[in-house]
Amino acid sequence: MSRLLAGSLALLLLGLVVGGAFGALILAAPRLEAGDLFTDPYLRHVVLFTIFQALASTILSVGLALPVARALARRETIPGRAVLLRLFSLPLVMPTLAAILGIVAVYGHAGLLNQAATALGLAPGQYLYGLSGILIAHVFFNLPLAVRLLLPAWRAVPGESWRLASQLGMRSGDVWRVIEWPLIRQILPSVSGIIFMLCFTSFAVVLTLGGGPAATTLEVAIYQALRLEFDLGRAVALSLAQIGLCAAIIGAVQMLGREVPLTPALGRVSDRPDLAGVAGRVFDTAAIAAAMTFVALPMIMLLSAGLDGPLAAVLADPQLWRAISRSLTVAVLAAALALALGAAMLILARELRLRRGRPRGAAAIELAGSLTLVVPPLVLGAGLFVLLSPVADIYAVGLALVTVVNAVMGLPYVLRVLGPAMDRTARRYDRLCDGLGVRGWNRLRLVEWPSVRREAGLALALVAALSVGDLGAIALFGTQDTETLALLLYRRMGAYRLDAAATTALVLLTVCLALFAGIERVVGGRAATRS
Amino acid sequence: MPQLVLESVEFRYEDMVMSFGLRVESGECLAIVGPSGGGKSTLLALIAGFERPLSGRVLIDGADVTFLPPAARPVSLLFQEHNLFAHLTVFDNVAIGIHPGLRLDDESRARVTGALNAVGLEGLERRRPAELSGGQRQRVALARSLVRRRPLLLLDEPFAALGPAQRREMMTLVDDLRASHRLTVLFVTHQPEDAWHWAPRTAFVHEGRIIAVDGTRRLFVTRTVPEIDAYLGWMRFGEA
Amino acid sequence: MGRPKIYRAISTACLALTISSIALAEEPPVLTVYTYDSFVAEWGPGPKIKEAFESGCACRLDFVALEDGVALLTRLRLEGANSKADIVLGLDTSLTAEAAATGLFVPHETILDDLALPVAWNDRIFVPFDYGYFAVVYDRTALPNPPASLRDLVEGDPAQKLLIEDPRTSTPGLGLLLWMRAVYGDDAPAAWRKLKRRILTVTKGWSEAYGLFTDGEAPMVLSYTTSPAYHVIAENETRYAAASFAEGHYLQVEVAGRLAGSEQPELAGRFLAFMLSPAFQSAIPTTNWMFPAIDLPEGLPPAFADLVAPAKALLIEPGKVAANRKRWTDEWLAAMSQ
Repeated sequence: MSRLLAGSLALLLLGLVVGGAFGALILAAPRLEAGDLFTDPYLRHVVLFTIFQALASTILSVGLALPVARALARRETIPGRAVLLRLFSLPLVMPTLAAILGIVAVYGHAGLLNQAATALGLAPGQYLYGLSGILIAHVFFNLPLAVRLLLPAWRAVPGESWRLASQLGMRSGDVWRVIEWPLIRQILPSVSGIIFMLCFTSFAVVLTLGGGPAATTLEVAIYQALRLEFDLGRAVALSLAQIGLCAAIIGAVQMLGREVPLTPALGRVSDRPDLAGVAGRVFDTAAIAAAMTFVALPMIMLLSAGLDGPLAAVLADPQLWRAISRSLTVAVLAAALALALGAAMLILARELRLRRGRPRGAAAIELAGSLTLVVPPLVLGAGLFVLLSPVADIYAVGLALVTVVNAVMGLPYVLRVLGPAMDRTARRYDRLCDGLGVRGWNRLRLVEWPSVRREAGLALALVAALSVGDLGAIALFGTQDTETLALLLYRRMGAYRLDAAATTALVLLTVCLALFAGIERVVGGRAATRS
Repeated sequence: MPQLVLESVEFRYEDMVMSFGLRVESGECLAIVGPSGGGKSTLLALIAGFERPLSGRVLIDGADVTFLPPAARPVSLLFQEHNLFAHLTVFDNVAIGIHPGLRLDDESRARVTGALNAVGLEGLERRRPAELSGGQRQRVALARSLVRRRPLLLLDEPFAALGPAQRREMMTLVDDLRASHRLTVLFVTHQPEDAWHWAPRTAFVHEGRIIAVDGTRRLFVTRTVPEIDAYLGWMRFGEA
Repeated sequence: MGRPKIYRAISTACLALTISSIALAEEPPVLTVYTYDSFVAEWGPGPKIKEAFESGCACRLDFVALEDGVALLTRLRLEGANSKADIVLGLDTSLTAEAAATGLFVPHETILDDLALPVAWNDRIFVPFDYGYFAVVYDRTALPNPPASLRDLVEGDPAQKLLIEDPRTSTPGLGLLLWMRAVYGDDAPAAWRKLKRRILTVTKGWSEAYGLFTDGEAPMVLSYTTSPAYHVIAENETRYAAASFAEGHYLQVEVAGRLAGSEQPELAGRFLAFMLSPAFQSAIPTTNWMFPAIDLPEGLPPAFADLVAPAKALLIEPGKVAANRKRWTDEWLAAMSQ
């Protein structure tokens, strides 16, 4: 019975939060005449720009990732390959704002690129803000992600295919056309879909690099409607537009991108026939070097600008330490809440799937947890705003709301990371536990925890890191009294005090990575370090 | 002149040092048997060029091919699975053996059709591998090796996953093709009866060495090699 | 065993919680003033005024800084009667009608006899503390031929960029919106579409835009006729100047008001009175870089004599602004986003 209870409670809570926010938006729409705004030229422009920038970012990220991924797949022994792959996992957990600071230090007006141009006697180039800035930042975050999502396609090529290609005398182009592209083509829709979705709901990048109403996405427009104008009608209209579009995109991705199981094969890439060509070697090396430079440069610049900045002054500022402790509190609580919700839902789902023969019910529960993808943080925040502002002082409960929003946002990651491990444990031990009468808390403690601990640690670390770096919810609910590290950094960036901002960004990055590594190690146990 | 000669071909795989010497006459059908992990597949990989020997020579038709890439050797190797590209039609899977970019003239198209007829797959040209049975898939692979016109056909247990009747059918087909296309066939098998039925000669591979090559019946019946007895599971008097 | 480590993790979390919730010790009465961020900057009037007021009140003066003036009103609307603010300082004439309509403010009861403003003042709720004229400030070295009128600015070379503030958050931003309205009338959206080509970026507040300008990001910024005085007095730098516009300059009178929900009504009243005293007003010209609301005994610094004197002061009546601000802001958004 308790196996169903915890999960049902978690679902109820999720339903209350997400459903309440969504319901508040729907109910508020007619009262606030939000419908009128759908004919508004501003809203239309925002929608079109949101789609356009997401499309452009996706095409650039995936298009540039393809040669890099292919180069990495082909050159298994190239020096620096392991470093590059590790480097490519950084943008996933790195706080967006910290990365943006690094990007500004490279491409900004006084950045490395313009310094180099001036040194060479060229006129300093483009200003970073606007569409170009948004695209550079989105490619910075999503090119590595695309490479990592694409690489398994090469690992799934059976060794026989490479040998066959050698036997048949295929050249590089033939290998691409006959072996690689057909596999890539199958995962391309889902890879592009994920990246499109991330760019579509991008907030911090557009907020900081957009530079005005011409380059505004729905998420930023929702924030502005609430924080700059306190125009609930517009916020509701924008939120509903955002929900509708996200649902449509996810639907389209689901239809186009069948989930293709890529089982790693034991093939040796050294059997490929196209490794010897000089042109290919040069091209691959260039692609890898270019990608490495593109991703590493902003990080290096962030590091040097951050250490160059007023480090002592920034570290001596009590504001910073209060912000750090708020960030840590919110992150740890959000992660714990997300893990508790996720674990309860997974236990319920697995109970339905494995013991009660209701696989569809189980799938529905797992889908419900990921449904929050349709309700991005700003929309969820806007809904809670509309729901709670008549009855409570929003800013007084601001940090609690931020914690809840971050937990709900982290839920899909928990389900993704923890789900397979929980299922595996059940398949392996359900009968044994039933036979021995190990139930409830005992089972959780003696059986589940030791076998899913590593995944639980990873899930906690992921949610905590995302929460530390998140600007969305805190931008909506934060005030001077509830400033987290990310908000503090945003304010310093807003004041264009780039030296202090770079140092703060470095602190944010350090806190984020330390928290990630710390949680993964402490909670995940020694085994966690293996991954 | 022998079709294939391996002159003390040395190879190292992890801790195992292998050394192979072998002569196979043109038009022969040689079975390769032996316990798992003994180096049977490595032997074929060395012949096909997927592995490079540390020393020694591989001669095919008298020519030294030791340092030739796989595509340049007069060899076709059939694997146990994944012989076909899942997204290409049956026709294209065969045609790719003629031109790796699938650019074919009429004469080549006729050859593809002919090869498909020869393996009994007429009418299935438009199908994809997923729509074929396991035996049919390996027939496609055989058809491809026919259009490639390579005299040496290596089979790395391509029929192991088939039932006994189908396996017999496929081996009959291979033997017919060997005769009609004047192929030399080396096949790895785990089934002694395959060797018994189809291979006049058998090589026994054990711990990286060919410890016996002889007429199949003599090898199995005279029981002079204790490793073969152990492999076949026949007990000898005096042992526990 | 992993258990101790879990406890360690939990205790880490608890520690973080405790640190963040450590309460401050007993304090003297606190007067909370919401204002815009350049007011409390190190070089702004905030520090001096805090020191001067605290020396005579046995209280603590706390500033809460928001992006800019319009954000003050938005924030107040959001917080409603729950607001912690006792005083809001930094609204301006374009916002007073709307702010009064919220019902959150109470009349000031301050004597306004000493006021020396270019306009008559009879607002019962808000007390003016300084005034100025919006102007496009430019860098002489980067822009030898500045625009001579608002029309020049709108029609000029798009390659010469202008930094402006967002009218949704900033009073200078809103000021330019009204300035364009006053000059172009209903043709203002079309003029904005044209001006948009010259705008490098739209910042949330004045200090961000001005910071970008002095960093050399653009040769022009929307600021005040008084801004060049800062560079002359503080930096002995004469390269920055305000462009004199033939149509006249839009007037801004900055005001403060006290809130009905204040728990320190007496202290708040004293602050408003203090605001018009020489101690406060003398700080205005060389820290807030605006004209003081009273005639200073010592007069204005000499550098103020060289400033652009507007041919005409433009001002749209506050009631009309209140009735149209939302519509005009939306028009601006639509024009700027095309």
